[in-house]
Amino acid sequence: MTEPAPAAPTASEDRTVLEASRRRLVIDGFGIGVSAAAFGFVFGLSAQRAGFLPIEAVAFSTIVFAGAAQFAAVGYVAGGVAWPVIFVLTALLNARHLLYSAALAPWLRDVPVPRRAVIAHLLTDESFALTIAHFSRAGRSDERGYWLAAIGWTFIPWNAATIVGVLAGQEIPGPERFGLDVVFPAAMIGLAAGLIAHRRDVVAAATGAAVAVAISLAVSPSVGIVAGGLLGPFAGLAMPVRAGRAESDTPP
Amino acid sequence: MNGLLIILALIMFAATYPTRALPLLAPGFERLPAPVFAYLRLVGPAILAALAAVNVMVVTSSGRPTFHIGIEWLAVLACLGLTVWRRNLLVGLIAAVGLTAVARAVGIA
Repeated sequence: MTEPAPAAPTASEDRTVLEASRRRLVIDGFGIGVSAAAFGFVFGLSAQRAGFLPIEAVAFSTIVFAGAAQFAAVGYVAGGVAWPVIFVLTALLNARHLLYSAALAPWLRDVPVPRRAVIAHLLTDESFALTIAHFSRAGRSDERGYWLAAIGWTFIPWNAATIVGVLAGQEIPGPERFGLDVVFPAAMIGLAAGLIAHRRDVVAAATGAAVAVAISLAVSPSVGIVAGGLLGPFAGLAMPVRAGRAESDTPP
Repeated sequence: MNGLLIILALIMFAATYPTRALPLLAPGFERLPAPVFAYLRLVGPAILAALAAVNVMVVTSSGRPTFHIGIEWLAVLACLGLTVWRRNLLVGLIAAVGLTAVARAVGIA
């Protein structure tokens, strides 16, 4: 005797799941918003101390809108690195966005191209982490969720705090004293934990971290981060999937 | 610097935007085979963990990356533990920042 197949979720059940996931997005996003604001503030401070004009710091945060690359650029500018070299280093450091974009593309395939072009500009570590977790929880795409994550919880806090940081730069000595420098790594590891649902995720994360640190020490942090992101998933894929614990690899 | 760095921002945008846009805008990306999606699903945890680990374990001084051990490890682990336990990232972040600030204030970090 066979069990009857479970009924497909109804539209109202779908809606309930989506709304619950959005509530979680708002709660998690608040932490990210605080993180983005703290990090943006520290970027503003750093840029001001490296001799950036306020308008230049703001241009970086709106036009580039890539935290790690922006911080690196402050160091490059202060160190007198040639601009073509900065171009190459920026592309390398931000190569991980290619992976984020590829991971989100199937979920956002129905979004019109002009909006996808804007979505691309707003794609960051934070917006990716919030969005992919939200889509996975909801079991569907949710463009509004993306805008909330990317603009509400990342772009606005980051840019507003950049302005405050670059203007208030000389007033606040040593922001590290307040522990603000750990906000970014703590946020990254917290978000990684939110994406972990299976053994494969744990292995991918642990391997990614180990590879990244090893290659960072041997070559450079920007290469190490990309290498960890590229090689970690292979280790995860090498793990056998337990029977009865199928993993959803593709969006609906 | 007379606003010259705005041009550098545009150059960095030119280096960054294609990496963000290509898969989203290039037709056919959604028809990738299942193993590719299996791989991409693992990219998030791997790269976020890589960012966190490099940020707390690697310090570049005089242009040379060196291994770093410090209070940041404890802070990040505290954040990880609290985030998993309480399912709330903000609680973890507050603990991480508080732990680091206190440790530095009392001179043990």
